[in-house]
Amino acid sequence: MKEFRDRRVIAGLLRKISRQARRAGPPVRLMEVCGTHTMTIHRYGLHPLLLGAGVEMMSGPGCPVCITPDAHHRAAIGLVTRRENLVLAAFGDITRVPTTEGSLQTAVPAPRSRVQVVYSPQDALETARRKPESEVVFFGAGFETTIPSIALAVKQAAGQNLKNFSLLPALWLIPPPLRALLDSKEVRIQGFLYPGHVTAVIGTAAYDFVAAEYGLPGAVAGFEPADILLAVSSVLDRILRGEPGVDNEYRRVVREGGNPRARALMEEVLEVTDAVWRGLGFIPRSGLRLRKRFQGFDAPGRFGLKVEAASDELPGCRCGEVLRGVISPPECRLFGRTCRPEAPRGPCMVSPEGSCLVYHKYSKQ
Amino acid sequence: MCLGIPAKVISLDENGQGEVDYLGTRVKTNLAFIENARPGDWVILHAGFAISRLDEEEARETLSLLREMADLQDP
Repeated sequence: MKEFRDRRVIAGLLRKISRQARRAGPPVRLMEVCGTHTMTIHRYGLHPLLLGAGVEMMSGPGCPVCITPDAHHRAAIGLVTRRENLVLAAFGDITRVPTTEGSLQTAVPAPRSRVQVVYSPQDALETARRKPESEVVFFGAGFETTIPSIALAVKQAAGQNLKNFSLLPALWLIPPPLRALLDSKEVRIQGFLYPGHVTAVIGTAAYDFVAAEYGLPGAVAGFEPADILLAVSSVLDRILRGEPGVDNEYRRVVREGGNPRARALMEEVLEVTDAVWRGLGFIPRSGLRLRKRFQGFDAPGRFGLKVEAASDELPGCRCGEVLRGVISPPECRLFGRTCRPEAPRGPCMVSPEGSCLVYHKYSKQ
Repeated sequence: MCLGIPAKVISLDENGQGEVDYLGTRVKTNLAFIENARPGDWVILHAGFAISRLDEEEARETLSLLREMADLQDP
C-alpha cells in the first residue's frame, strides 16, 4: 500500500491536477468536509502543494468535538460535578474542550463520581455492568461513523436491562450542514471532498442533493495522500465537464448503499431531530435522538437536564467561522498566541482533527 | 474522530464479538456490522467496531491506477 504515499505517484497526480485547475480557472476552491481529511492534507504537506497547483482546500465542519455546542459540554460537566456516584464516560479529546465552566478534565467530580475516558462505547457499557451501584452516563459525540456503535450500546443496555446506563447524545448528521453552508452563501465553494468513513455507513446517495439542487460536484475520498489527490482530480474533472455528481474514489471501503446493518441499527434506535451546531447554529433535521422506546436511556431525561444551545461563543474564539470555512485558523487573533494546543481556548484547538490544532501542528509559524 | 484503520480479522463468535490483528497487535473488536465476516477478512476499525469491509480487489485496482499515474507522467 506504500503507493498511496509514493513521491512519484503524488507528483504525477499533482501535475494532472495542475493542468485541470488551469483549465477550470484557478484558484478552484474545494471544501474537505471531514476533519480526518484535514489531518491528511496538512500532515503530508498537500495544502501548499495543491495551492501551487491552483486548488485551494478549505476545511469544513467535520469535527464532532468542535461542532458540539457549549451547552452539551456544560451538561456533562454539571452531571459529574453535581451528582454523586456517577461515572461520566467520554472519548478522550472531548474531555479537554474548554467551556465557561472549565473542562471535564479540570472539573472536580462530586463524591464517588469520576470521568472515565473510553476508546469505545462498549467500554462504558462494561463499566455499567461492573458497577451496578453507579450511574454510568456515556457522553456520545459523533457523526455517522461512530453513531451505529453508540446505538448498539443503547440497544444492548436495553436488552440486558442495564438500568444504570444512559446516553448524553451529541449525534450529528453530515449532509444537512452542507446544505446550510451552501444556503448561507457565505463562502465560495466549487466542490466537496466527502468523508470516507461517514459515507462507508450512509452511502453515496446522501450527497445527490448537492449536485441536483446546487449544481456542485463532489467525490468521496479515502485518507491516504493519493486518495485525497485522486478525489480532487475527479472533482476537477466534473467541473470541467460541467457534470455535477458524486464520485466514489474510496471504493475499497465505501459501497454505494453504505453499510445496511449499521444503517438499520441507527434507524431502529434513533430518530432525526432538529439541532443546533456550534458555529453553524440551528439546522433542521441535522441531529439524532433516542426513539420513544429507548427514552429510559436518555441522560437529559433521566437527570432532568436542559441541553439548550444558546450563544455559546467563547471570548475571542472564532471557532465558528473556522468551522464554516469563512476564515482559516491563522486569521484568528488568539491562534498560536493565547490559544495553543497545551492551553486551548476553543474546541478547534483541542481535537486532533480540529482545524486549529492541525494548522498549529503542521504549518510553519 | 472518524479515523479508521485497516485490520485483519483473527476470530469471531456468533454474537459478532471478535479479535483483529492491527500491525501485529490483537485488538478486541465488535464485528456485528460486517455481514458474513470471516477470519482473514480485512476491515476498517473505528472506536472498537469494524465499520466496513476492505475490498482487496478494489484496492488492487486503485493501486494499479496509481502506478500508471506515476509511470505515465515521469519524463
